[in-house]
Amino acid sequence: MKALLFLLEKEFRQVFRNPAILRILFILPVIQLLLLPLAADYEVKNVKICVVDYDRSPASQRLVHKITSTAYFKLVDFTDSYAKALQYVEYDKADLILQIPAAFEKNLVRENTSTLFIAINAVNGVKANLGGAYLRSVIQDFNQELQTELIQLPRQNLHPVISIASSNWYNPLMSYRLFMVPGIQVLLITIVGAFLSAINIVNEKETGTLEQINVTPIRKYQFVLGKLIPFWVLGLVVLTIGLFISWLIYDIVPVGSLVTIYVFSALYLIAVLGLGLLVSTFASTQQQSMLISLFLMMIFILLGGLFTSIESMPPWAQAFTRFNPISYFIDVMRMVVLKGSTLYDIRDHLFKILLFGLALNSLAIWNYRKRS
Amino acid sequence: MKVISVRNLTKRFGSFTAVDNITFDIEQGEIFGFLGANGAGKTTAMRMLCGLSRPTSGEASVAGYDLYKNANRIKENIGYMSQKFSLYEDLTIRENIRFYGGIYGLSLSDIRSKTNLLVKKLKLEDSINSLVKSLPLGWKQKLALSVAMIHDPKIVFLDEPTGGVDPITRREFWTLIFEAADRGTTVFVTTHYMDEAEYCNRVAIMVDGQVEALDTTGVLKAKYAAKDMGEVFLQLARKAKRGDG
Repeated sequence: MKALLFLLEKEFRQVFRNPAILRILFILPVIQLLLLPLAADYEVKNVKICVVDYDRSPASQRLVHKITSTAYFKLVDFTDSYAKALQYVEYDKADLILQIPAAFEKNLVRENTSTLFIAINAVNGVKANLGGAYLRSVIQDFNQELQTELIQLPRQNLHPVISIASSNWYNPLMSYRLFMVPGIQVLLITIVGAFLSAINIVNEKETGTLEQINVTPIRKYQFVLGKLIPFWVLGLVVLTIGLFISWLIYDIVPVGSLVTIYVFSALYLIAVLGLGLLVSTFASTQQQSMLISLFLMMIFILLGGLFTSIESMPPWAQAFTRFNPISYFIDVMRMVVLKGSTLYDIRDHLFKILLFGLALNSLAIWNYRKRS
Repeated sequence: MKVISVRNLTKRFGSFTAVDNITFDIEQGEIFGFLGANGAGKTTAMRMLCGLSRPTSGEASVAGYDLYKNANRIKENIGYMSQKFSLYEDLTIRENIRFYGGIYGLSLSDIRSKTNLLVKKLKLEDSINSLVKSLPLGWKQKLALSVAMIHDPKIVFLDEPTGGVDPITRREFWTLIFEAADRGTTVFVTTHYMDEAEYCNRVAIMVDGQVEALDTTGVLKAKYAAKDMGEVFLQLARKAKRGDG
C-alpha cells in the first residue's frame, strides 16, 4: 500500500504540473457552463416573418400588429406580392410567410369565416415547426378576440371553447437553463473521468515509463488504482466547480440533496473511469486514444438526452441509450436538481450505474491482461 | 553462484520464433554482454528475463526465483533500463528518485540518503530540483542507470543503454557499470558497440534467435582468429538469414 501512496503523490504532482490538464479542469467548466446554456437554446426567437396582405383592412392590420408585438417574430417586410415574399424565403431572409387574402375582413363579418395561409421555410426543421406553432397560437388568440367582439348576440357562445390552463411542474418558468446546466455538468465530469484518464495512461505507454513501471514490483492493480483515484478526485472537483458556477451565475440550487448528487457522481465516475481504462488498453498512442474518445463522446452526447429527448428517438436508438451511462447521469442530475429526488427515488439509476462500473472495469482489466 | 540460469527458453510470436531454444548461465558479479544484429532476439530474450514478456516454453530462474512462479520476487531483485528513456520528464531529479525509491519499498530516510549520494556522484547537486526534461541526454542516461539501481538489485538489465550518447558520456556510463559490478551486481547488457563488447567479462552472440557463440572475449577472438570483437561479430552475424528488423 505504501507503493500506492508514492504513485498517487507522483500522479498529483504531474497533474498539477500539466497546464493542459489544469486548463481542462478549471477553465473548461467555466467556459462550457457560461456559453452553452446561454447560446445553445431551443427557444426559437426572432422568427423572420413576411406578411403578404391583400386585404389592407383594419382587421388585417390588427392581426399583423398582434403578431409583431410578440418577441418571437421579426417583421421582414409587409408587402402585397406573394412572389416577392417567396423571394425573401429563397434568400433565407424570411422563415415564414403569412398571406392574408383579399376580403379577409369582409368575409369575417359577413360570413363569419375566413382563411389565412401560412408558408413555412422548413430548411431548419426545429425553427419551422416552432415558428409555425407560435404563429398559429397567435392567430387562434386573435380568432377568439374577434369572436367575442363580433358575435354580440346571442350571448351564449355558438362554438364551445375549451380553454386550457397548464402549470409547469419542477421548472415553472420552463427555463431552458435549468434544464441544460445540470446536463452540461454531466459532460464535464465525463470528459475528466473517461478521457483525461485514458490519455494519461496512454501517455505512459508512449513515453516508455509504463514499461519501467512493469519491471518494478508494483502490482497492476496498484498502478491502475494510482491512475484512477486521482481522476476520481478530479472529477468530483469539477463537479463542485460546476455546482458552484451554476449557483453563482444561474442561481440554480439543487432542490434535492447535494449528498445524492455526490453519491451518484462518485459511482458514475467509477463507471466512466472504467471506460477510460478500456480505451487506454486499446490505444497505443495519445492520438489514438483521443480519436476513440472523441468518437465515443459524440455518440454518447448526441444520444444521451442532453439536447434531444430520448423518448422521441426511434426504438433502436432508445435501446442504445440503455447502454449509455451519460443518459442515466443526465437523468439523475435533472431529477435531483429540478425535482429534488432522493437516493431512494434514483435507486434504479444507482443500481444500473453500479452495473456499468462493474462491467466496464472488468472488461478493461480482462483486455489489459490479454494484451500484456 | 549462478544468478541467472536459462534452459531452452523460447518465444514465438505466431509462426515467428523470436528466441529459439537458448540456454546459458550467468555468474554473480559478471558483466554479461548480449550482442546481435537488429532482430536477432536480444531484446525479446531480455524482456522475458525481466518478466515483461511471457516465454512460450523453456525454463529460467533469475536471482534464484523461478520465472513463472515468482515473477514478482524477481522484480524486487532486478533493475532495468531500456534504450527508451524511462524517467518522468515532468518530475524533478529529486522527485524521480523519490518515486522509484518509494515503489521499491525504500524507507524515507533511505531515500533521502540515496538521493544525496546519487546526485553527489553524478555531480547533479545544482539541478536536483530541475525537471528531468531540461537535462542533456547523456546526463539523463546516467541518471536513469543510477535510478534503476536505487534499490541495490542483484542484477541490472541494460537494453542498449548508450544509444545516441557521445563517447565521453559512454565512458562515464561504463565507469558506473564497472562500479556496480565491483559491488557484486550482475550486469546483463545488450549493445551494438563492439568496443563496449570488449568491456564485458563474457559475451553471447545471438544470430536468428539462437545463441551462436558464448565465451570470454579472449577465447572468442582466439577461436575465430579475429583481432577484435567486431570481427568475431561480423563472422557470425553474416550467417544470419533474417533481415533487419
